Amino acid sequence: MSTVTPAAKTSLASEVTAALATVVDPELDEPITDLGFVRSIRIDDVGVTVHLRLPTSFCAPNFAYLMAADAQDALRRVPGAGRVMVLLDDHHDSDRINAGLALNAGYRGTFGPEAEDSLDELRRIFQRKAHTAAMERCVMALLRTTDRKLEDLHELTLGELPGGPHKEALLRRRTDIGLGIGPDDLVVVDEDGRPVAQSAVPLRLRYAKAVRVSVEGNAHFCRGLLATRYDDEPGGLTTHITDTRRAS
Amino acid sequence: MYEHEGEKYFVVDAHIALWDGRASNQKNIHGKQFIDCFYDYHKNLSPTDAVWDYDTYTYYGGQRLLKDLFEDGYVDHAIFQPAILGEFYRTGFGQTEEALELTRQNPGRLTYNHAWDPRFGEEGLKQLREDAGRMNLKGVKLYTAEWHGDSRGWKLDDPWSRRYLEECLELGIKNIHVHKGPTIRPLDRDAFDVADIDKVATDYTDLNFIVEHVGLPRLEDFCWIATQESNVYGGLAVAMPFIHTRPGYFAQILGELLYWIGEDKILFSSDYAIWTPKWLVEKFVDFQLPAGQSEYGPITVEQKKKILGLNAAALYDLDVPEELRLPTDAGDTDAEVAAGAKEAVAS
Repeated sequence: MSTVTPAAKTSLASEVTAALATVVDPELDEPITDLGFVRSIRIDDVGVTVHLRLPTSFCAPNFAYLMAADAQDALRRVPGAGRVMVLLDDHHDSDRINAGLALNAGYRGTFGPEAEDSLDELRRIFQRKAHTAAMERCVMALLRTTDRKLEDLHELTLGELPGGPHKEALLRRRTDIGLGIGPDDLVVVDEDGRPVAQSAVPLRLRYAKAVRVSVEGNAHFCRGLLATRYDDEPGGLTTHITDTRRAS
Repeated sequence: MYEHEGEKYFVVDAHIALWDGRASNQKNIHGKQFIDCFYDYHKNLSPTDAVWDYDTYTYYGGQRLLKDLFEDGYVDHAIFQPAILGEFYRTGFGQTEEALELTRQNPGRLTYNHAWDPRFGEEGLKQLREDAGRMNLKGVKLYTAEWHGDSRGWKLDDPWSRRYLEECLELGIKNIHVHKGPTIRPLDRDAFDVADIDKVATDYTDLNFIVEHVGLPRLEDFCWIATQESNVYGGLAVAMPFIHTRPGYFAQILGELLYWIGEDKILFSSDYAIWTPKWLVEKFVDFQLPAGQSEYGPITVEQKKKILGLNAAALYDLDVPEELRLPTDAGDTDAEVAAGAKEAVAS
């Protein structure tokens, strides 16, 4: 439960929450704070302790590890946070992941020989998917709301896209995978940012749509399962925030 | 058989189980976590009046199965696709002998598919030969994310896996169902990856590869592969129940599948007992793709008939009553798949 806190404390709690909001589920492409994955935040004189939870005990350990490690990194960047502890609850690899995080053991150090050396490539696969889905949302919205034609989408530039959440999301995803965000940069590009020939645009968009349906479907699953899994818990999927730090 | 508005549908439930997830059969905490996870799926995506109590769900037995499928559920034929999970359950999760006996007692209504795991090497191959004869195997269900000792999984194109696939060819086991869905105790590298399907589908064109759960959450990778391989199919287990909770989203999945792989390559299944077939069949026959989305639909009665049963019947050489038949390209490895998408991909 949130406690009534003086302004100075609220500021740290909100900074912690903001830091956690920068952590996304790589598969779902949504912040862990929106997904209900942050179970509790405790701020005390020593530091910050965050408990994370996931839709099932069997969520892929590589993704679980990515999110927990990203959360730890994000919290360590909050000035004055103190000692940071991130704990993953109710997962089949909870003990392993929590021990690995506490020791800064890295993914391979946590999981041993069958693990890849690093999860960067995995992260990149999903960042590319997120970009493809975001591009499709922007382009389809444009086709629905303007007289823009499919035939000339190969020439569409970022500057021609109307502002709004779809465009902002696209620009963020482009930045994540190292694509330009200038007004003259092309919108419909392949995964490496290369232009798509006019004749290939319909298939590129069709594939992009399948990517979007896939990502969104997984998000439906995860939200639903998380709600079912924790529906008996007091407060449901809200984040419990406790702040006992004495004002300095 | 399901009859609705003058149309008759031959129904094949292509993915069912007879499991024992009771505490008495759990080897460790993961056994409990696994059945609890299944129960959350069941509770989250079933209509309220189709939700079971937890104890019934952990073990329901053969008679309940027969009633839910054949008396209440309109199913003409059902196919066991067991998850063995020997590391979690004392006698396995899927109950092999019980399901086999039920199959023997109900000839023509049930097919038993078994499983193999290439990490058992020569011993496993020998076992597969014995199983094929004793169980009259026409298909297998493979679970590449199953744990075995220190290993967290395997791939279909591993050298030993290829030996097993070659053995399947010899033994006449032509339907290879592969779990590629929401992951469970996965290997780290490719829990969802469908790339191994691509490789073996190309190399073993006389086998049919049925990707269960249509590769969700990698639907696009699955579609891309299936468009280019005429022996790759999509099983709707786990995607099906969205028809109730998120029909708009179900329409998108189905629309994408019809575009990419086509009406002859999609198989209905309830994933019983995660869900029961009765409401899924009723809702599917009533279902229509939204008129507002010009790229989809409408889905026709013929397409529904193929998806609900005729495609699976073709893969398993089931005897479909004359009046319920339709021509389908399912099982024909020379047939074109989703011609529009295929041409686009090739160009």
